Amino acid sequence: MLSYLARRVINLGGALLAASILVFLILGVLPGDPAEVMLGVGATPEALAALRAELGLTANPVLRYVDWIGGLLVGDMGTSLAYRAPVAELIAERLVVTVPLAVAAFAIAVLLAVPLGLFAATRRGGPGDVAVIGASQVGLAIPNFWFAILLILVFAIHLRWFAAGGFTPWDENWALALKSLILPALALALSEAAILTRVTRAAALDVLGQDFIRTARAKGVSRLGVLLGHVLRNALLPVATIMGLQFAFLVAGAVVVENVFYLPGLGRLLVQAIDQRDLAVVQNIILCLAGFVVLVNFAVDAVYAVIDPRPKESRR
Amino acid sequence: MRPRRLNLARRPNFAIGAVLTGLVILAGAAAVFFTPYPVDGVAIGSRLQAPSAAHWLGTDMLGRDMLSMLMKGAQNALIIGFVTVGIGLVFGAPLGFLAAMRPGLWSDVSLRAVDLVFAFPAILTAILIAAVYGPGVINAVLAIAIFNIAVFARVARGAALQVLGQSYIRAAEAIGRPPLDIALRHVLPNAAAVLLVQATIQFAIAILAEAGLSYLGLGVQPPDPSWGKMLKDAQTLIFTHPYQAVAPGAAIMLFVLGLNLLGDGLRDALDPRIHAIRLL
Repeated sequence: MLSYLARRVINLGGALLAASILVFLILGVLPGDPAEVMLGVGATPEALAALRAELGLTANPVLRYVDWIGGLLVGDMGTSLAYRAPVAELIAERLVVTVPLAVAAFAIAVLLAVPLGLFAATRRGGPGDVAVIGASQVGLAIPNFWFAILLILVFAIHLRWFAAGGFTPWDENWALALKSLILPALALALSEAAILTRVTRAAALDVLGQDFIRTARAKGVSRLGVLLGHVLRNALLPVATIMGLQFAFLVAGAVVVENVFYLPGLGRLLVQAIDQRDLAVVQNIILCLAGFVVLVNFAVDAVYAVIDPRPKESRR
Repeated sequence: MRPRRLNLARRPNFAIGAVLTGLVILAGAAAVFFTPYPVDGVAIGSRLQAPSAAHWLGTDMLGRDMLSMLMKGAQNALIIGFVTVGIGLVFGAPLGFLAAMRPGLWSDVSLRAVDLVFAFPAILTAILIAAVYGPGVINAVLAIAIFNIAVFARVARGAALQVLGQSYIRAAEAIGRPPLDIALRHVLPNAAAVLLVQATIQFAIAILAEAGLSYLGLGVQPPDPSWGKMLKDAQTLIFTHPYQAVAPGAAIMLFVLGLNLLGDGLRDALDPRIHAIRLL
């Protein structure tokens, strides 16, 4: 178990390193001059040279990379050109919106998908199963930003239960802050819930066909006991894997949904930073998001080791 | 494989999927030759009209016919879907086959690279590229294509590994067939089914990604119509003209639904054990 985790930690470090190199290569080394993009075609050579120097583009790429990572390790992400503020501070301010949004969406998706998937699996081929499958097909096909717009249409404009966008800061009124995250979280959760329902159903069907399920029933374990104690526990493995893989898409979805609801999160900052060609902000936010994804997958792997009910020898 | 009848038409998934996808392809193909109204003209006099006999789906804030915009949008979505899936297949499948047939350092490195790409959904890659080159449809296509290459490489490798374990491959090797010959004669035909199913799924995901990017202003650029951009425009009018947001969203949903059903139907017909990847 410990050596398993140690191997995972090394993989985690490698993945973070690789992600940072990838981001750096795309932003810093690819042909194309950010200074030129920022200033437009009419820029004078002097202005271009000055901006390149300010962006640090004149230094050797290897030195620039080492400088960036060295700064990251002590919490220094450089300065935003548009906001004239440290990038680390800007990101910290936005995290309090994006992280609760992602967590809430994830929780909604799991709470919807696991019971629905189990329900459908136990009623295979019946009307309940068909309804769940049909709903998940539709859920998969609805783009999250359209669902967000429809939610605004119904709950903000017609029913007036929620605001159509914006965010009340946590320290001003935490209940209102939470309320402003409900519609975005629902919009973000839809496609995740649809995927997880399908995966849960398929995994549960796999387990339901196994001999030990029949044995457990024959021993007198109740239907619900079998479902929770055996089916769910075994079906959680594939479900956890997909959850980990899907997390990257939840994060990407959050970028879009934040922009629909004008939430001051990382995704909104990211899209604004592109308009302002604020490279330091883009570079560090993308690395943060990729870092989240890598960390969550690490956590999934660690949880795997705990929830896997199969004997160690038979693990792949 | 023994030849058999697929009876595709009798599978409801496939049939519904084929009809929905067919409608979009028809609309997109028709838009190459004509649209009821031009989509590049601005007609302020007839802006924001409700659906009528003249404009079946009404007009937008610039007076452009919504149906014509949807048709051009379908054309753009189809082009982006075919290009990104095509690039993914052409580069990803050989990469996956190579990784399966030549295990070693190269294979390890490419598998790690594939894993890494999975941590960067197309939207994030597109944002990175847009930060250097500015927003544009080429960036969106590139970002979606890179993701597709990773997906097809993973699927092709899995399918190839399954085939390579068969004894007839060892027989082919024993009689001295060159690796390229084995790849083309044995691995590719056996992987074709799973690659086809995956292509349908990736097409659907490409449509969703492109719509999201265009919504953010990072995909198809105005005045070229795209479904995502139409939704962005509709959102600004949501308090006064809410119905504007219905048609473009429904178009995306029905097309993606059609592609997904088509993929599921194909999988059931070709081989229900096919293991496709679905990441959204």
